[in-house]
Amino acid sequence: MKIIVCVKQVPDTSGKVAVNPDGTLNRASMPTITNPDDMNAVEAALKLKDETGCKVIVISMGPAPAAKMLRELIAMGADEGVLVSGREFGGSDTYATSQILAAAIHKIGLDKDDIVLCGRQAIDGDTAQVGPQIAEKLGIPQVTYCAELKKTGGTLTVRRMLEDGYMTVKVKTPCLITCIKELNAPRYMSVAGIFECNQKSVAVFDYEALKDEPLIDATTIGLKGSPTNIFKSFTPPPKGVGMMLEGADKADCEKLAGMLAAKHII
Amino acid sequence: MSYNSMDIGAFKDVWVFCEQREGKLMPTDFELISEGRKLADELGVQLCGLLLGDGVECLCRELAGYGADKIILCEHPKLATYTTDAYAKVVCDAIREYKPEVFLIGASTIGRDLGPRCAARLHTGLCADCTHLDVGVGKYLEFLRENSTLDVAGMAVDENDRNLKMTRPAFGGHLMASIICPRFRPAMATVRPGVMRKAPFCEEKADAVEIVRAKVELSDADIQTEVVEVVKAARKIVDLVGAEYVVSVGRGIGKNTELGLRLAEELAAELGGVVGGSRAVIDSGWLSADHQVGQTGKTVHPKVYVALGISGAIQHKAGMQDSECVIAVNKNPNAPIFEIADYGICGDLFKVTPMLTEAIRKLRGEKARTVLACD
Repeated sequence: MKIIVCVKQVPDTSGKVAVNPDGTLNRASMPTITNPDDMNAVEAALKLKDETGCKVIVISMGPAPAAKMLRELIAMGADEGVLVSGREFGGSDTYATSQILAAAIHKIGLDKDDIVLCGRQAIDGDTAQVGPQIAEKLGIPQVTYCAELKKTGGTLTVRRMLEDGYMTVKVKTPCLITCIKELNAPRYMSVAGIFECNQKSVAVFDYEALKDEPLIDATTIGLKGSPTNIFKSFTPPPKGVGMMLEGADKADCEKLAGMLAAKHII
Repeated sequence: MSYNSMDIGAFKDVWVFCEQREGKLMPTDFELISEGRKLADELGVQLCGLLLGDGVECLCRELAGYGADKIILCEHPKLATYTTDAYAKVVCDAIREYKPEVFLIGASTIGRDLGPRCAARLHTGLCADCTHLDVGVGKYLEFLRENSTLDVAGMAVDENDRNLKMTRPAFGGHLMASIICPRFRPAMATVRPGVMRKAPFCEEKADAVEIVRAKVELSDADIQTEVVEVVKAARKIVDLVGAEYVVSVGRGIGKNTELGLRLAEELAAELGGVVGGSRAVIDSGWLSADHQVGQTGKTVHPKVYVALGISGAIQHKAGMQDSECVIAVNKNPNAPIFEIADYGICGDLFKVTPMLTEAIRKLRGEKARTVLACD
């Protein structure tokens, strides 16, 4: 049994987000982190590894520096890293991305008792689409929004969150699960892990390595293979400055209530 | 070439996926039907609702009242409860048979599960969590003029472009992107709940509903997941999205959370609204997750949004910046929340909130008396 975890390196949007004058994102100004939901997926895999001794492979599509992130995940306890990286993959939308990742997972091989884990969504794109699209391309069932995961033999029991409660879903392996933060608290890297992670292998799958996979075809990957295109991107105009009430006293509150009433807001 | 890029002209009509849970429609359905109506009129095509379930025909009339011309009804015992497998199969079968041009899905936890699965199977584009949709270029440019810093006057555009322009925020609203799906059909979008406005209900339209019963083919082999139980949260569901007044609290109530929450509740009660909270408040366990406003919580656009002790991180602003009027109370004069506030009070929320509640109560009392005097 093995678990393949799909992870993404993302800009840390919790700090200040910088935008270039031309309206694109200034990625250079932001530190990168492993996408938070993906960390929950990695932790879920490592917990199953603690219980069953299975193998955990972390896989990411991105530029060469993402290999460092994979090493950090190996330092947490993952066994192997796979970096999917190539010029041909650039500009992919979620359809093309999932196509490439599914091809890479297919190349690694998915056996009957294997599990694929993803985060619910990445904080840069916020689409929550890649996980389900990988599952469809691999032809395996999916359960999204997982907040609790139990494995009994070849069956996973998942607490799948809804807006107003949850559902309990049973699914047989191989399957794909997307994880949310309620699932667990990710562990830290171990000191021994940090020492060892540089000796472990991070394989690189480029276009040459994947081109013979049935899912890979020049018309379904990269910018050209993406069904969606960006028509325009822009920054919203700054909102006009509001009115500050200085005193923070009773008179101010009455003035504010009066203005709201005058504008028929209350 | 995939089947749906060969002749995109063969695809017509705007479809809305109408989500039902336990035989009840979701509020998003009405928002999407109302929005879909506008798009269908611009394209000069029909608006169809796609309704899956078991024994749900009674819901068709209600959907039509908000603007649907036709409901494509797929009924089967295996569709009573949502499963990705069954729903994706039935939705894709229906799309292949009837070929809609545009397909809208509410970005609920279920819609965001179903949408990408179907888009991958149909080989088409899906734009996630849209907050604005246009067809006509004129209307789109008008939208850009009001909502962007782009130089619209100097922009070269194709006036005859009929592509659905799906606009969505990225990076917590700091960047907006309009996405198109020019080569494949249907153009699919999940739409953020609470963003589109619901149209008034029309009785005549409801009575004129046309119901098309679609053939549903499902076998046990089609369904690889088993729903063991569906559990509703025992606590009362907070209708943040539908509320006209939202009083939200942030980390600023930390000094005395009990009092802070009570003051917020009193103000909300006076306004006839509900209490919300920032992620910090939810993570600290001071309020349950259904109160959360922001990027990972709910998006609200009430008439009045009161932010008490909320600093205004972009993740929070993403969920409330379209409120008609924002009132912020914060001790820190440099808090980013003041950048988007219509009215800001720099002060201690524990002192200011009761005074504000009292001022509104007094004013409303006076208003009520004036009305009585006129009678």
